[in-house]
Amino acid sequence: MRTLLFLLQKEFKQIYRYKAMVRIIIGMPIMQLLLLPLAADYEIKNINLAVVDNDHSTYSQQLVSTIIGSGYFRLAEYNQSYKKSLKLIESDKADLILEIPEGFERNLVRENKDQVLVAVNAINGTKANIGASYLNNIIKNYNQSLRMKLVTSNQGNQAIAIDLVNSNWYNPEMDYKSFMVPGILALLVTIIGGFLAALNIVREKEIGTIEQINVTPVRKSYFILGKLIPFWVIGNVVFTIGLVLSWLVYGIVPAGNLLVLYSFIWVYLLAVLGLGLLISTYCETQQQAMFINFFFIMIFILLGGLFTSIDSMPGWAKIIARINPVSYIIDVFRMIILKGSGFKDILPHIGIISFMALLLNSWAIKNYRKTS
Amino acid sequence: MEAVVVKGISKHYGKDRFVAVDNVSFTVNKGEIFGIIGPDGAGKTSLFRVLTTLLLPDGGEAMVDGLDVVKDFKQIRQTIGYMPGKFSLYQDLTVEENLNFFATVFKTTIKENYHLIKDIYVQLEPFKDRRAGKLSGGMKQKLALSCALIHKPTVLFLDEPTTGVDPVSRKEFWQMLKKLKNEGITILVSTPYMDEATLCDRIALMQKSEILAIETPQAIIDSFPKELYKAKSVSTPALLNDIKAWSDDIYAYPFGENVHFTFQKESINVEELRTYLYEKEHHNLEMEPDIPSIEDCFIHLLRA
Repeated sequence: MRTLLFLLQKEFKQIYRYKAMVRIIIGMPIMQLLLLPLAADYEIKNINLAVVDNDHSTYSQQLVSTIIGSGYFRLAEYNQSYKKSLKLIESDKADLILEIPEGFERNLVRENKDQVLVAVNAINGTKANIGASYLNNIIKNYNQSLRMKLVTSNQGNQAIAIDLVNSNWYNPEMDYKSFMVPGILALLVTIIGGFLAALNIVREKEIGTIEQINVTPVRKSYFILGKLIPFWVIGNVVFTIGLVLSWLVYGIVPAGNLLVLYSFIWVYLLAVLGLGLLISTYCETQQQAMFINFFFIMIFILLGGLFTSIDSMPGWAKIIARINPVSYIIDVFRMIILKGSGFKDILPHIGIISFMALLLNSWAIKNYRKTS
Repeated sequence: MEAVVVKGISKHYGKDRFVAVDNVSFTVNKGEIFGIIGPDGAGKTSLFRVLTTLLLPDGGEAMVDGLDVVKDFKQIRQTIGYMPGKFSLYQDLTVEENLNFFATVFKTTIKENYHLIKDIYVQLEPFKDRRAGKLSGGMKQKLALSCALIHKPTVLFLDEPTTGVDPVSRKEFWQMLKKLKNEGITILVSTPYMDEATLCDRIALMQKSEILAIETPQAIIDSFPKELYKAKSVSTPALLNDIKAWSDDIYAYPFGENVHFTFQKESINVEELRTYLYEKEHHNLEMEPDIPSIEDCFIHLLRA
């Protein structure tokens, strides 16, 4: 026990003396949490719209001004021929074309229906698709208000309209920040945990200090614990800073119990630290450790369910997601922070992550050799 | 009583089985300073790493303090001290913190074994709050020795402890080793410097993963089989070339500012060589028989 305490004391001293590192550890999460949620936003604005108005009527103008008034679109061109608008798409100056046919107003009033054409530039698929669905919604709404007007003017001819109304639970305003911020926090905790511990052990290998440690009677498990615990504490500090920051800056207060949230983080940090330590036992240089870590972290983040939904991934990706610790932390963060889930709800998550932590750490201890 | 027994230890690396240590055997008696002398790449460090339980041998067996280096590695680690060739202490910890750390790791305190390191540590004391990385080369060596000694090891392994250290510090270092020997500590030391060989009780000459000879330095010198001459003139390279050109039976090599040479056959007349060299205009020629040094012995063993 005394040896372990001493190892820890030594480790903390070293971390504290590595001033640049301390600044990075504390500064990085603050910077990222302040900047990234503002940019990593699913809401798409500034969609360039080219309008081909063949009707030049009050209705068509009303429709266009409603669309522009929504704030999502920017009018790139107005009143061109369809061919000319297509050129704009080719030169990437427009993302969407809306073509209003001749006699739009007349047909709407007389025959109660008409069609508009929406052409989409699918090079930037996400932007165009979301833009098209925004546009559809706006046209639908416009259509509805128009019909209401017409219906009230000729009473008796009441149309039965079925309307779908969405309501977003747990995040009523569909505010992206309230799930991007916890998501980014989850990634930060993962990166801090995965990288720091791994690089630390490999650094001892590079400098050669591990040679001197290996001839001492220090137990393998003590040595690994001596590396694990300091970075576990740092992970908690970073997480707490992030939590306070997201409350102060974004007003995000976890709906669930903080203790439940922390109890998950405690186990989760053990798992990512274990992975880092395991990688470090296989690497000889910091470069190697860095690249292998990057490989895993990239997969974990992209298949973690933060940027794209796991439910819509192919089968093999779902299997990866099941062994991906990041997918669990993102799930748990959403459950606790947005939904207010309790300890019982996240019990399966804690169970799986504990198993991972146990497996990775014992593997790391087993694979760390004092003799080669 | 033997402190270290090595029987046919071999170690090779990699796919092409590069041989680092080839069937090496020797014994080190308790309380002696045993030197392993050899050039870089001779396999000294690999041998040390096997004996300090850091490297598994591919063949043979070795005992330290009667304990097997493979089976009883845990006990061996409690009793030996190892100072690797590369400075391996924590550069970002201070002198005192490093010493304290290694004392604790061996479950002891600085106080308990202070008498062992006292002579070295008094020189380090003024710098005890300085980070180890900021020490001079000689000071680093002293600190590393202190850290290797702090748990009162029975056998001390020093891998090239004086490489990159100034001549004064080297001398001091060897004086310390003598003192430690008097404390009853067995010392295995490797070095590429021939002049340090005479300071050992016994030496093993190592070359290309093999041991060429194991003897006391005096015995190695005494067993030098031939008569050795030294020659000196204004230009050493020219002299060396001329001596070499004189006969196939002569073996000559530069030795400091002199040329050393031996004959294959005893029958050759030294005076004939002298006249020949005068003809070659080596006017300030000095030539006389010399007592062989360890280095001469080593050079001859390499040739054999």
